[in-house]
Amino acid sequence: MEITVTVNGRTRTRDVEPRLLLVHLLRDELRLTGTHWGCDTSNCGACAVWLDGVPVKSCTVLAVMADGHEIRTVEGLEGPHGLDQIQISFVQCHGLQCGFCTPGMLMTARWLLDRVPDPTDEQIREAISGQTCRCTGYENIVRAIRHAAAAERDAAERGAR
Amino acid sequence: MQLPAHFEYQRARSVEHALALLSRHGPEARLIAGGHSLIPMMKLRLAQPELLIDINEVPELGGIEITEDEIRIGALVRHTQLLDCAEVGRSAPMLHDAERVIADPLVRNRGTVGGSVCQADPSEDLSGAFSALRAVADIAGPAGERTVPMRGFFHGPYQTAVGPDELLLRLRVPLPAPGLRTGSAYRKVSRRAGDWAVGAAGAAVTLAPDGTVAEVGIGLTALGAREFVATEAEDLLRGQRPTPEAIDAAGRAAAQHCEPVADQRGPVEYKRHLAGELTRRVLRDALARAGGR
Repeated sequence: MEITVTVNGRTRTRDVEPRLLLVHLLRDELRLTGTHWGCDTSNCGACAVWLDGVPVKSCTVLAVMADGHEIRTVEGLEGPHGLDQIQISFVQCHGLQCGFCTPGMLMTARWLLDRVPDPTDEQIREAISGQTCRCTGYENIVRAIRHAAAAERDAAERGAR
Repeated sequence: MQLPAHFEYQRARSVEHALALLSRHGPEARLIAGGHSLIPMMKLRLAQPELLIDINEVPELGGIEITEDEIRIGALVRHTQLLDCAEVGRSAPMLHDAERVIADPLVRNRGTVGGSVCQADPSEDLSGAFSALRAVADIAGPAGERTVPMRGFFHGPYQTAVGPDELLLRLRVPLPAPGLRTGSAYRKVSRRAGDWAVGAAGAAVTLAPDGTVAEVGIGLTALGAREFVATEAEDLLRGQRPTPEAIDAAGRAAAQHCEPVADQRGPVEYKRHLAGELTRRVLRDALARAGGR
């Protein structure tokens, strides 16, 4: 069936089988391979994308269910002035090694900071609790999210002055 | 790669439309909302519906409404929405306790309250919580609407009062009369963050003006309690002063009357111990919130 999905602000129309999962629509049909396809069982969170503004696990959403809706993937984080602060902070704080979990971590972290600009470590750990990283032991991921929060608060204060 | 088998897909525009599709296609049609139970089951061929009826865009099924005497939670309310509703946290804190320990934030963003109770997984947290709170379910079907109490909603593992041609509209949680001191709490023991419960319990207590227990609801999750509730423990407490001895006796009754099964999460004796200890703890939490101790 024909579906139309807005992905990172761009309207995309495809003819898909109802059983196609959103993660495969993004990766195989739209060639947005930044979203990773991990455990397939809604455990690991590597496939996290925003659906209408909230992160969800795209291995457990049918592409047809996204018809008429808005998707934001890791490719949509970068703005006209370069990388998003959360991406910069992951680079600066060594928030990744192999990078497999990173797109999902970034999408969830961005959502957290939009909701909670000054999160506690506990709130950060809770926010990423549906995501698995096998490299970093999470310490640097938490540090990166904290770093991004501080940088954004600084920037906001400078802007307000 | 895990993919569901082939199926047809239709989006329902209204409750009426969803019911018409269910009647037309019979038991081979299934409703889908959050899909976080059904899609994994379809990938494993534990479910093979011929038609999926997507109810995500049925406006009547959304929304939380709080009136003087009840909380109305639409079947399509996402876990995150329930957790974000501060008024629910004040009126029925047990629901927030339970939501905080359901899966993880991403799953909670998609999964629905109605889907959770209709899945009727024996380890599902909201089943015990809503049963403890004596909620009722409004169900729509070809013959109109009917209301079923949560204690009577669960017919067994993965089986509920909702028939194949019916649809859950909302859950309604009764609120105690104003002026009565009331509190509720939920606790869960699991092996790791976001996991299913090894065992969990919830309690809702309403105190009479003289400090005795006017009404109490005790829910048990994953512990093999009939209809997710510990009625024997409730009966022991009702009308009594909630002394440590009375709470202890309620815990013993809850442990004695549930029938947990041994699995990879623990042996029977351990789960029975959890039933007793968690019952005591949630009763103490609920009483503290009611200002009764």
